[in-house]
Amino acid sequence: MIPPYLLQEMAQLTGEHFVLVLSAMAIAVGAGIPLGVLLTRRASLRTPLLGFANVMQTIPSLALFGFLIPIPFIGGIGKRTAIIALVLYALLPILRNTLAGILGVDAAVRESAIAMGMTGRQLLWEVELPLAAPTILAGVRIATVTTIGTATIAAAIGAGGLGVFIFRGIASVDSTQILAGAIPAALLALLSDGGFSWIERRFSIS
Amino acid sequence: MDRSRLALRGKSLDRFLSPEDGTSDNKEVALEFRDVSYRVGGNLILDKLSFRMEAGRTLVLLGRSGSGKTTALKMVNGLLFPTSGQVLVEDRPTTDWDLIQLRRGIGYVIQEVGLFPHFTISENVGLVARLQGWPPDRVKARVAELLHQVGLEPAQFLHRHPRQLSGGQRQRVGVARALAAEPKLLLFDEPFGALDPVTRVELQDQFLELRDRLRITSIFVTHDVREALRLGTEIALLCRGRLEVLTTPAEFVKSSGPEACAFMSTL
Repeated sequence: MIPPYLLQEMAQLTGEHFVLVLSAMAIAVGAGIPLGVLLTRRASLRTPLLGFANVMQTIPSLALFGFLIPIPFIGGIGKRTAIIALVLYALLPILRNTLAGILGVDAAVRESAIAMGMTGRQLLWEVELPLAAPTILAGVRIATVTTIGTATIAAAIGAGGLGVFIFRGIASVDSTQILAGAIPAALLALLSDGGFSWIERRFSIS
Repeated sequence: MDRSRLALRGKSLDRFLSPEDGTSDNKEVALEFRDVSYRVGGNLILDKLSFRMEAGRTLVLLGRSGSGKTTALKMVNGLLFPTSGQVLVEDRPTTDWDLIQLRRGIGYVIQEVGLFPHFTISENVGLVARLQGWPPDRVKARVAELLHQVGLEPAQFLHRHPRQLSGGQRQRVGVARALAAEPKLLLFDEPFGALDPVTRVELQDQFLELRDRLRITSIFVTHDVREALRLGTEIALLCRGRLEVLTTPAEFVKSSGPEACAFMSTL
């Protein structure tokens, strides 16, 4: 069913796509969760930081990739620029869910923890983060699934990935090529969604 | 501390209750409020609250909602600080304490219980002891002992999570948790307020039994005069942030102030 000439390229581009998404998500999670925790401690930073993440989210993705190209150091053509754009997109759901998850911890539980003599660090690691984990994980899950879709556009600035098929298919009016990009991307999204749902079930308080 | 201040403290002593035996001078003072006021915005929540408590007593702070009793309680373990005046725990102002150490030495039980939902009962009860660095074996033994003391069969409850317990059982765990690291002070903020009347009386009985056996200095906040009369060795009546009456339950029923009468009329 799949033309053999496509198979090898599909494997290669799926791999590229996966690496793009994985790098972007690693950075977004690594930056987003600590920043989200910071926002729970410094209310004055909430409006500017969430505002920034919000604005990033409203910029059409194709435009954002384009905007980044002329910016020195982080811009240019290729994977680095694409990863930065993807991180900017993924940041909002992670930030927002980290904030909401921690602020959503029952006030009586937090007060007990403080009254029992937990240090700020113990409160965070032993109470707030574990109780906020399902909400934070839901944010990472949304961010990952949308990033898998958005990463197809990264091909427009030469970052590779499954978008290469899609753009090529559009240019040559070849729906086989479009599908060769779209179907693995959709499968990747479904797989990661399923993976997250497994983790959620595995670690829920039962 | 200079001499004049000590003298002043000595003088202020007789304003406060020295129960029955009259040998209060050589009894250890566990807690003292010295002209404590607390203001939020334009509202005076506590107005020059002063009293002292001897070790081993149970003081009930009685008052309506908004009388400042919970605010006063939270000043003992440094969840709040006076805007003027001082709260002294073992003769040291709370502002001078290392707050973490202060709090680990004070048990705290609240109406909502506030058990950690992701911890087992055993982990909940053993938390402060663990934070204090007790060896795991000792924590384990202590947890079992405490659950037993509050009337829960350890084998049956150790590995459950809080949401698998009834309201009354949860509050028993809350009390066990507060007792875990051998606290010098216990604070109760309407702990039995959300329970059905039968369970409430059961837990009050338990409280009395623990009170008489362990003799840990306790402050108990309630708006229920029946509970106050039952559990306190002293009752302090708060009204709009002021201390109206501070006396024994036996004397309290005879007091003539309007707020005290209002409370007695609810019996």
